[in-house]
Amino acid sequence: MPKKPVIDRALCLHCGACVGSCPENAMTLNEVWIEFLDSCTACGTCARACPGGAIHMEGSK
Amino acid sequence: MKDMDVDVLVVGAGPAGSMTARHAALNGARTLMIEKRQEIGSPVRCGEGIARAWLDELGIKPDKKWISHQVSGARIVSPAGHVVTLTEKMAGNEVGYVIERDNFDRALAGDAASAGADIMVKTSAVDVLRKDGRIAGVKAKHMGESFDINAKVVCGADGFESQLGRWAGIDTSLAPTDINVCYEYTLRHIDIDPRFNDFYVGSCAPGGYIWVFIKGPDSANVGIGVQLSKIKATQRGAAKQYLDAFIAKHPNLAKGTAIREVAGAVSCCQPLDSVTADGIMLVGDAARQIDPLTGGGVANSCRAGKIAGEVAARAIEAGDFSKSFFQAYEKGWRARFEDQMYRNWMAKEKLVTLSDETFDKACEVLASAELEVVNTIEILRLIQRKYPELVKEFEDMLT
Repeated sequence: MPKKPVIDRALCLHCGACVGSCPENAMTLNEVWIEFLDSCTACGTCARACPGGAIHMEGSK
Repeated sequence: MKDMDVDVLVVGAGPAGSMTARHAALNGARTLMIEKRQEIGSPVRCGEGIARAWLDELGIKPDKKWISHQVSGARIVSPAGHVVTLTEKMAGNEVGYVIERDNFDRALAGDAASAGADIMVKTSAVDVLRKDGRIAGVKAKHMGESFDINAKVVCGADGFESQLGRWAGIDTSLAPTDINVCYEYTLRHIDIDPRFNDFYVGSCAPGGYIWVFIKGPDSANVGIGVQLSKIKATQRGAAKQYLDAFIAKHPNLAKGTAIREVAGAVSCCQPLDSVTADGIMLVGDAARQIDPLTGGGVANSCRAGKIAGEVAARAIEAGDFSKSFFQAYEKGWRARFEDQMYRNWMAKEKLVTLSDETFDKACEVLASAELEVVNTIEILRLIQRKYPELVKEFEDMLT
Protein backbone atom coordinates (compact mmCIF):
# COMPACT_ATOMS: atom_id res chain seq x y z
CA MET A 1 0.00 0.00 0.00
CA PRO A 2 1.35 3.44 -0.87
CA LYS A 3 1.78 5.69 2.14
CA LYS A 4 -1.04 8.21 2.32
CA PRO A 5 -0.64 11.94 2.96
CA VAL A 6 -1.65 13.15 6.41
CA ILE A 7 -2.54 16.74 7.32
CA ASP A 8 -1.52 18.21 10.66
CA ARG A 9 -4.56 20.40 11.16
CA ALA A 10 -2.77 22.53 13.72
CA LEU A 11 -0.28 23.65 11.03
CA CYS A 12 -2.68 23.98 8.06
CA LEU A 13 -3.48 27.56 6.95
CA HIS A 14 -6.09 26.37 4.38
CA CYS A 15 -4.19 28.16 1.63
CA GLY A 16 -4.83 25.61 -1.13
CA ALA A 17 -1.19 25.35 -2.32
CA CYS A 18 -1.47 21.55 -2.09
CA VAL A 19 -4.81 21.45 -3.91
CA GLY A 20 -3.61 23.41 -6.95
CA SER A 21 -0.36 21.42 -7.05
CA CYS A 22 -2.02 17.98 -6.92
CA PRO A 23 -1.39 16.30 -10.30
CA GLU A 24 -4.36 13.94 -9.86
CA ASN A 25 -6.94 16.57 -8.85
CA ALA A 26 -7.50 14.37 -5.82
CA MET A 27 -7.83 17.17 -3.25
CA THR A 28 -10.38 19.88 -2.57
CA LEU A 29 -10.25 23.06 -0.50
CA ASN A 30 -13.59 23.54 1.16
CA GLU A 31 -14.54 26.55 3.22
CA VAL A 32 -11.81 25.98 5.77
CA TRP A 33 -10.66 22.42 5.39
CA ILE A 34 -8.77 20.24 2.92
CA GLU A 35 -10.12 16.89 1.75
CA PHE A 36 -8.43 13.99 -0.03
CA LEU A 37 -10.45 12.06 -2.60
CA ASP A 38 -10.19 8.32 -3.32
CA SER A 39 -8.24 9.08 -6.50
CA CYS A 40 -5.16 10.08 -4.42
CA THR A 41 -2.13 8.07 -5.62
CA ALA A 42 0.04 9.08 -2.64
CA CYS A 43 2.60 10.72 -4.97
CA GLY A 44 3.73 13.11 -2.25
CA THR A 45 3.46 16.36 -4.26
CA CYS A 46 1.13 17.91 -1.68
CA ALA A 47 3.64 17.26 1.10
CA ARG A 48 6.39 18.98 -0.90
CA ALA A 49 4.11 21.85 -1.89
CA CYS A 50 2.77 22.68 1.57
CA PRO A 51 4.48 26.01 2.38
CA GLY A 52 4.17 25.53 6.13
CA GLY A 53 4.98 21.82 6.43
CA ALA A 54 1.49 20.71 7.48
CA ILE A 55 1.41 17.58 5.28
CA HIS A 56 3.57 14.47 5.63
CA MET A 57 3.38 10.98 4.18
CA GLU A 58 2.16 8.26 6.54
CA GLY A 59 5.06 6.68 8.40
CA SER A 60 7.57 9.45 7.59
CA LYS A 61 8.41 12.31 9.92
CA MET B 1 -32.44 26.30 -0.26
CA LYS B 2 -34.45 26.61 -3.46
CA ASP B 3 -32.73 26.11 -6.79
CA MET B 4 -31.76 29.37 -8.49
CA ASP B 5 -31.69 30.67 -12.07
CA VAL B 6 -29.34 33.43 -13.21
CA ASP B 7 -27.82 34.69 -16.45
CA VAL B 8 -24.21 34.81 -15.29
CA LEU B 9 -22.79 32.89 -12.33
CA VAL B 10 -19.34 33.88 -11.08
CA VAL B 11 -17.59 31.41 -8.76
CA GLY B 12 -15.05 33.08 -6.48
CA ALA B 13 -15.05 36.67 -5.19
CA GLY B 14 -11.40 37.64 -5.64
CA PRO B 15 -10.42 40.48 -7.99
CA ALA B 16 -11.07 38.36 -11.12
CA GLY B 17 -14.53 37.32 -9.95
CA SER B 18 -15.59 40.75 -8.74
CA MET B 19 -14.49 42.48 -11.95
CA THR B 20 -16.31 39.84 -14.00
CA ALA B 21 -19.48 40.21 -11.92
CA ARG B 22 -19.33 44.00 -12.00
CA HIS B 23 -19.04 44.21 -15.78
CA ALA B 24 -21.58 41.48 -16.46
CA ALA B 25 -24.07 43.33 -14.24
CA LEU B 26 -23.21 46.77 -15.67
CA ASN B 27 -24.02 45.40 -19.11
CA GLY B 28 -27.44 44.17 -18.07
CA ALA B 29 -26.95 40.50 -17.14
CA ARG B 30 -28.66 39.06 -14.05
CA THR B 31 -25.48 38.18 -12.19
CA LEU B 32 -24.73 36.14 -9.07
CA MET B 33 -21.27 35.78 -7.52
CA ILE B 34 -20.65 33.05 -4.92
CA GLU B 35 -17.73 32.86 -2.49
CA LYS B 36 -16.91 29.81 -0.37
CA ARG B 37 -15.37 31.75 2.51
CA GLN B 38 -17.57 33.56 4.97
CA GLU B 39 -15.66 36.80 4.45
CA ILE B 40 -14.59 38.13 1.06
CA GLY B 41 -10.86 38.92 0.97
CA SER B 42 -9.94 36.83 3.98
CA PRO B 43 -7.63 35.08 4.62
CA VAL B 44 -5.19 37.10 2.50
CA ARG B 45 -2.97 35.04 0.19
CA CYS B 46 -0.87 37.74 -1.42
CA GLY B 47 2.35 39.75 -1.18
CA GLU B 48 0.18 42.86 -1.71
CA GLY B 49 2.58 44.75 -3.99
CA ILE B 50 0.85 46.10 -7.11
CA ALA B 51 1.73 48.49 -9.91
CA ARG B 52 -0.18 51.73 -10.05
CA ALA B 53 -0.69 52.58 -13.72
CA TRP B 54 -3.27 49.92 -14.65
CA LEU B 55 -5.88 50.95 -12.08
CA ASP B 56 -7.02 53.92 -14.21
CA GLU B 57 -7.27 51.73 -17.28
CA LEU B 58 -9.91 49.63 -15.48
CA GLY B 59 -11.81 52.35 -13.66
CA ILE B 60 -10.58 51.32 -10.21
CA LYS B 61 -10.21 54.46 -8.09
CA PRO B 62 -7.30 54.36 -5.62
CA ASP B 63 -8.81 54.46 -2.13
CA LYS B 64 -7.20 55.05 1.28
CA LYS B 65 -9.20 52.11 2.58
CA TRP B 66 -7.00 49.66 0.69
CA ILE B 67 -3.74 51.53 0.10
CA SER B 68 -1.34 50.64 2.86
CA HIS B 69 1.74 52.40 1.51
CA GLN B 70 3.19 53.98 -1.60
CA VAL B 71 6.76 53.33 -2.70
CA SER B 72 8.87 55.35 -5.13
CA GLY B 73 10.93 52.45 -6.42
CA ALA B 74 12.13 48.88 -6.12
CA ARG B 75 15.50 47.32 -5.43
CA ILE B 76 16.91 43.99 -6.55
CA VAL B 77 19.47 42.62 -4.10
CA SER B 78 21.97 39.94 -5.17
CA PRO B 79 23.28 37.22 -2.83
CA ALA B 80 26.49 39.18 -2.11
CA GLY B 81 24.51 42.38 -1.56
CA HIS B 82 24.83 44.27 -4.87
CA VAL B 83 21.77 46.51 -5.09
CA VAL B 84 20.09 47.49 -8.35
CA THR B 85 17.70 50.40 -7.78
CA LEU B 86 14.73 50.83 -10.09
CA THR B 87 12.76 54.02 -9.91
CA GLU B 88 9.12 53.90 -10.88
CA LYS B 89 9.83 55.69 -14.16
CA MET B 90 12.63 53.30 -15.10
CA ALA B 91 10.51 50.25 -14.39
CA GLY B 92 7.68 51.47 -16.61
CA ASN B 93 5.39 52.14 -13.66
CA GLU B 94 5.83 48.58 -12.45
CA VAL B 95 6.10 49.64 -8.83
CA GLY B 96 3.61 51.57 -6.82
CA TYR B 97 1.28 50.58 -4.06
CA VAL B 98 1.39 48.05 -1.27
CA ILE B 99 -2.25 47.32 -0.56
CA GLU B 100 -4.49 45.85 2.11
CA ARG B 101 -5.66 42.97 -0.05
CA ASP B 102 -8.65 42.02 2.12
CA ASN B 103 -9.97 45.60 1.92
CA PHE B 104 -9.17 45.74 -1.81
CA ASP B 105 -11.14 42.56 -2.51
CA ARG B 106 -14.10 43.79 -0.47
CA ALA B 107 -14.03 47.13 -2.32
CA LEU B 108 -14.15 45.39 -5.71
CA ALA B 109 -16.93 43.07 -4.53
CA GLY B 110 -18.78 46.14 -3.29
CA ASP B 111 -18.41 47.75 -6.73
CA ALA B 112 -19.88 44.59 -8.27
CA ALA B 113 -22.82 44.78 -5.87
CA SER B 114 -23.33 48.48 -6.64
CA ALA B 115 -23.45 47.56 -10.33
CA GLY B 116 -26.34 45.23 -9.54
CA ALA B 117 -24.68 41.84 -9.00
CA ASP B 118 -25.96 39.60 -6.21
CA ILE B 119 -23.41 38.01 -3.88
CA MET B 120 -23.64 34.93 -1.65
CA VAL B 121 -20.83 34.18 0.80
CA LYS B 122 -20.13 30.87 2.54
CA THR B 123 -21.42 29.24 -0.64
CA SER B 124 -19.30 26.60 -2.39
CA ALA B 125 -19.56 25.09 -5.87
CA VAL B 126 -19.24 21.31 -5.44
CA ASP B 127 -19.77 20.21 -9.05
CA VAL B 128 -20.84 21.57 -12.43
CA LEU B 129 -24.28 21.12 -14.00
CA ARG B 130 -24.48 20.15 -17.68
CA LYS B 131 -27.25 20.72 -20.21
CA ASP B 132 -27.18 20.00 -23.94
CA GLY B 133 -23.46 19.28 -23.74
CA ARG B 134 -22.51 22.58 -22.13
CA ILE B 135 -21.79 23.73 -18.60
CA ALA B 136 -25.08 25.18 -17.34
CA GLY B 137 -24.49 26.05 -13.69
CA VAL B 138 -23.14 24.47 -10.52
CA LYS B 139 -24.27 22.28 -7.66
CA ALA B 140 -23.81 24.56 -4.67
CA LYS B 141 -23.71 24.25 -0.90
CA HIS B 142 -24.59 26.96 1.59
CA MET B 143 -24.58 26.32 5.35
CA GLY B 144 -24.81 22.57 4.75
CA GLU B 145 -27.74 22.82 2.33
CA SER B 146 -27.37 21.65 -1.27
CA PHE B 147 -29.06 23.33 -4.22
CA ASP B 148 -28.58 23.94 -7.93
CA ILE B 149 -27.67 27.28 -9.47
CA ASN B 150 -28.67 27.20 -13.13
CA ALA B 151 -26.75 29.69 -15.26
CA LYS B 152 -26.44 30.51 -18.92
CA VAL B 153 -22.79 31.49 -18.47
CA VAL B 154 -20.49 30.27 -15.68
CA CYS B 155 -17.29 32.18 -14.92
CA GLY B 156 -14.73 30.20 -12.93
CA ALA B 157 -12.71 32.64 -10.84
CA ASP B 158 -11.94 30.02 -8.20
CA GLY B 159 -8.26 30.73 -7.79
CA PHE B 160 -5.05 28.72 -7.79
CA GLU B 161 -6.86 25.65 -6.44
CA SER B 162 -9.49 25.94 -9.20
CA GLN B 163 -11.81 22.99 -9.62
CA LEU B 164 -14.25 24.42 -12.18
CA GLY B 165 -11.83 24.25 -15.09
CA ARG B 166 -10.94 20.65 -14.34
CA TRP B 167 -14.61 19.67 -13.95
CA ALA B 168 -15.37 21.36 -17.28
CA GLY B 169 -12.57 19.48 -19.03
CA ILE B 170 -10.28 22.51 -19.54
CA ASP B 171 -6.64 21.54 -19.05
CA THR B 172 -5.28 23.83 -16.35
CA SER B 173 -2.76 21.35 -14.94
CA LEU B 174 0.63 22.74 -13.98
CA ALA B 175 4.14 21.30 -14.14
CA PRO B 176 6.11 21.49 -10.86
CA THR B 177 8.48 23.91 -12.65
CA ASP B 178 5.49 26.25 -13.16
CA ILE B 179 4.38 26.37 -9.51
CA ASN B 180 5.88 28.58 -6.79
CA VAL B 181 4.87 27.92 -3.21
CA CYS B 182 4.82 30.94 -0.93
CA TYR B 183 5.02 31.92 2.72
CA GLU B 184 4.92 35.39 4.19
CA TYR B 185 4.99 37.28 7.48
CA THR B 186 3.63 40.74 8.02
CA LEU B 187 6.29 42.09 10.35
CA ARG B 188 6.12 45.12 12.63
CA HIS B 189 8.84 46.90 14.60
CA ILE B 190 11.46 46.37 11.87
CA ASP B 191 14.06 48.71 10.33
CA ILE B 192 13.41 49.34 6.63
CA ASP B 193 13.74 52.00 3.94
CA PRO B 194 10.13 52.99 3.30
CA ARG B 195 10.96 54.30 -0.19
CA PHE B 196 11.65 50.91 -1.74
CA ASN B 197 10.14 47.45 -2.15
CA ASP B 198 13.02 44.95 -2.15
CA PHE B 199 13.49 41.71 -4.08
CA TYR B 200 16.23 39.29 -2.93
CA VAL B 201 17.31 36.84 -5.64
CA GLY B 202 19.51 33.72 -5.62
CA SER B 203 19.72 30.60 -3.49
CA CYS B 204 17.90 32.25 -0.57
CA ALA B 205 14.76 31.38 -2.57
CA PRO B 206 15.45 28.59 -5.11
CA GLY B 207 13.61 29.32 -8.35
CA GLY B 208 11.87 32.34 -6.85
CA TYR B 209 12.67 35.36 -4.71
CA ILE B 210 12.17 36.89 -1.28
CA TRP B 211 10.20 40.11 -1.13
CA VAL B 212 10.12 42.91 1.42
CA PHE B 213 7.07 45.01 0.56
CA ILE B 214 6.69 48.09 2.75
CA LYS B 215 3.43 48.51 4.65
CA GLY B 216 4.41 51.41 6.88
CA PRO B 217 7.30 53.15 8.66
CA ASP B 218 8.21 50.03 10.68
CA SER B 219 6.20 47.38 8.86
CA ALA B 220 6.52 45.15 5.79
CA ASN B 221 5.33 41.95 4.19
CA VAL B 222 8.38 39.70 4.15
CA GLY B 223 7.66 36.70 1.97
CA ILE B 224 9.08 34.04 -0.27
CA GLY B 225 8.23 32.05 -3.39
CA VAL B 226 10.09 28.78 -4.05
CA GLN B 227 9.79 26.72 -7.23
CA LEU B 228 8.04 23.43 -6.40
CA SER B 229 10.42 21.42 -8.59
CA LYS B 230 13.35 22.62 -6.48
CA ILE B 231 11.87 21.24 -3.25
CA LYS B 232 13.07 17.76 -2.24
CA ALA B 233 10.65 15.06 -1.09
CA THR B 234 12.34 15.05 2.33
CA GLN B 235 11.91 18.82 2.88
CA ARG B 236 8.86 19.72 4.95
CA GLY B 237 7.65 23.30 4.87
CA ALA B 238 10.49 24.35 2.56
CA ALA B 239 9.07 27.81 1.85
CA LYS B 240 8.76 28.67 5.55
CA GLN B 241 12.20 27.21 6.32
CA TYR B 242 13.98 29.26 3.65
CA LEU B 243 12.14 32.39 4.78
CA ASP B 244 12.95 31.83 8.46
CA ALA B 245 16.63 31.30 7.58
CA PHE B 246 16.68 34.56 5.59
CA ILE B 247 15.05 36.59 8.34
CA ALA B 248 17.43 35.14 10.95
CA LYS B 249 20.37 36.45 8.89
CA HIS B 250 18.92 39.99 8.69
CA PRO B 251 18.95 41.63 12.15
CA ASN B 252 16.84 44.56 10.90
CA LEU B 253 14.02 42.07 10.20
CA ALA B 254 14.76 39.49 12.90
CA LYS B 255 14.13 42.16 15.58
CA GLY B 256 10.50 42.43 14.48
CA THR B 257 7.39 40.52 15.35
CA ALA B 258 4.82 38.91 13.04
CA ILE B 259 1.23 40.14 13.16
CA ARG B 260 0.16 37.81 10.34
CA GLU B 261 1.25 34.62 8.58
CA VAL B 262 0.24 34.01 4.99
CA ALA B 263 0.64 30.91 2.83
CA GLY B 264 -0.28 30.14 -0.75
CA ALA B 265 0.96 29.22 -4.20
CA VAL B 266 1.04 30.79 -7.64
CA SER B 267 1.28 29.49 -11.19
CA CYS B 268 4.26 30.73 -13.24
CA CYS B 269 3.35 29.15 -16.56
CA GLN B 270 2.97 30.08 -20.21
CA PRO B 271 -0.45 31.30 -21.31
CA LEU B 272 -2.83 28.32 -21.55
CA ASP B 273 -4.07 27.23 -24.99
CA SER B 274 -7.69 27.62 -23.94
CA VAL B 275 -9.51 28.92 -20.88
CA THR B 276 -13.05 28.48 -22.20
CA ALA B 277 -15.49 25.67 -22.99
CA ASP B 278 -19.17 25.64 -23.90
CA GLY B 279 -20.94 27.54 -21.13
CA ILE B 280 -17.85 28.47 -19.15
CA MET B 281 -14.97 30.97 -19.04
CA LEU B 282 -12.08 30.82 -16.57
CA VAL B 283 -10.65 34.07 -15.17
CA GLY B 284 -7.63 35.08 -13.09
CA ASP B 285 -5.55 32.50 -11.21
CA ALA B 286 -8.00 29.80 -12.29
CA ALA B 287 -7.06 30.65 -15.91
CA ARG B 288 -3.34 30.76 -14.94
CA GLN B 289 -3.17 34.43 -15.96
CA ILE B 290 -0.50 35.30 -13.38
CA ASP B 291 2.66 37.09 -14.50
CA PRO B 292 5.14 34.17 -14.49
CA LEU B 293 8.14 36.37 -13.69
CA THR B 294 6.85 38.33 -10.70
CA GLY B 295 4.04 36.03 -9.54
CA GLY B 296 1.76 39.08 -9.54
CA GLY B 297 -1.80 38.29 -10.52
CA VAL B 298 -4.09 41.13 -9.44
CA ALA B 299 -3.66 43.35 -12.52
CA ASN B 300 -4.12 40.59 -15.09
CA SER B 301 -7.05 39.15 -13.13
CA CYS B 302 -8.81 42.52 -13.17
CA ARG B 303 -8.08 43.05 -16.88
CA ALA B 304 -9.37 39.59 -17.78
CA GLY B 305 -12.37 39.94 -15.47
CA LYS B 306 -13.55 43.13 -17.16
CA ILE B 307 -13.37 41.48 -20.58
CA ALA B 308 -15.02 38.25 -19.38
CA GLY B 309 -17.87 40.20 -17.77
CA GLU B 310 -18.51 42.20 -20.93
CA VAL B 311 -18.41 39.09 -23.13
CA ALA B 312 -20.70 37.20 -20.72
CA ALA B 313 -23.30 39.98 -20.94
CA ARG B 314 -23.05 40.02 -24.74
CA ALA B 315 -23.51 36.23 -24.77
CA ILE B 316 -26.75 36.65 -22.79
CA GLU B 317 -28.01 39.24 -25.30
CA ALA B 318 -27.07 37.01 -28.22
CA GLY B 319 -28.43 33.85 -26.58
CA ASP B 320 -25.16 32.12 -27.49
CA PHE B 321 -23.17 30.45 -24.69
CA SER B 322 -20.83 28.45 -26.87
CA LYS B 323 -17.08 28.23 -26.69
CA SER B 324 -16.94 29.87 -30.12
CA PHE B 325 -18.83 32.92 -28.79
CA PHE B 326 -16.33 33.11 -25.91
CA GLN B 327 -13.48 33.55 -28.40
CA ALA B 328 -14.16 37.27 -27.97
CA TYR B 329 -12.90 36.85 -24.38
CA GLU B 330 -9.94 34.72 -25.45
CA LYS B 331 -8.97 37.32 -28.06
CA GLY B 332 -9.43 40.18 -25.62
CA TRP B 333 -7.24 38.95 -22.79
CA ARG B 334 -4.62 37.57 -25.16
CA ALA B 335 -4.37 40.90 -27.00
CA ARG B 336 -3.89 42.66 -23.66
CA PHE B 337 -1.23 40.51 -21.96
CA GLU B 338 -0.50 37.15 -23.60
CA ASP B 339 2.76 38.31 -25.24
CA GLN B 340 4.05 39.78 -22.01
CA MET B 341 3.19 36.58 -20.15
CA TYR B 342 5.08 34.52 -22.69
CA ARG B 343 8.13 36.81 -22.64
CA ASN B 344 8.20 36.84 -18.86
CA TRP B 345 7.86 33.05 -18.75
CA MET B 346 10.91 32.78 -21.04
CA ALA B 347 12.82 35.16 -18.77
CA LYS B 348 11.80 33.16 -15.69
CA GLU B 349 12.93 29.91 -17.32
CA LYS B 350 16.41 31.46 -17.74
CA LEU B 351 16.56 33.15 -14.35
CA VAL B 352 15.80 29.97 -12.39
CA THR B 353 18.97 28.41 -13.86
CA LEU B 354 21.34 31.17 -12.69
CA SER B 355 23.89 30.64 -9.91
CA ASP B 356 24.46 33.06 -7.04
CA GLU B 357 27.75 34.04 -8.69
CA THR B 358 25.95 34.98 -11.90
CA PHE B 359 23.33 37.02 -10.04
CA ASP B 360 26.15 38.82 -8.23
CA LYS B 361 28.04 39.68 -11.41
CA ALA B 362 24.91 40.84 -13.22
CA CYS B 363 23.71 42.97 -10.31
CA GLU B 364 27.21 44.41 -9.81
CA VAL B 365 27.22 45.67 -13.42
CA LEU B 366 23.70 47.06 -13.25
CA ALA B 367 24.24 48.66 -9.84
CA SER B 368 26.99 50.87 -11.27
CA ALA B 369 25.21 51.64 -14.56
CA GLU B 370 23.03 54.71 -14.97
CA LEU B 371 19.92 53.00 -16.28
CA GLU B 372 17.42 55.28 -17.97
CA VAL B 373 14.73 52.72 -18.58
CA VAL B 374 14.59 49.04 -17.79
CA ASN B 375 14.83 47.23 -21.06
CA THR B 376 15.85 43.58 -21.21
CA ILE B 377 18.04 44.00 -24.30
CA GLU B 378 19.83 47.02 -22.87
CA ILE B 379 20.44 45.18 -19.60
CA LEU B 380 21.88 42.17 -21.43
CA ARG B 381 24.20 44.41 -23.53
CA LEU B 382 25.49 46.16 -20.40
CA ILE B 383 26.30 42.84 -18.79
CA GLN B 384 27.79 41.54 -22.02
CA ARG B 385 30.39 44.32 -22.03
CA LYS B 386 31.90 43.19 -18.73
CA TYR B 387 30.98 39.51 -18.55
CA PRO B 388 30.37 38.25 -22.10
CA GLU B 389 30.30 34.63 -20.89
CA LEU B 390 27.25 35.38 -18.69
CA VAL B 391 25.19 36.56 -21.60
CA LYS B 392 26.00 33.50 -23.74
CA GLU B 393 22.94 31.71 -22.38
CA PHE B 394 20.77 34.67 -23.39
CA GLU B 395 22.18 35.21 -26.85
CA ASP B 396 18.96 34.10 -28.50
CA MET B 397 17.23 37.02 -26.78
CA LEU B 398 19.72 39.50 -28.27
CA THR B 399 19.17 38.48 -31.87
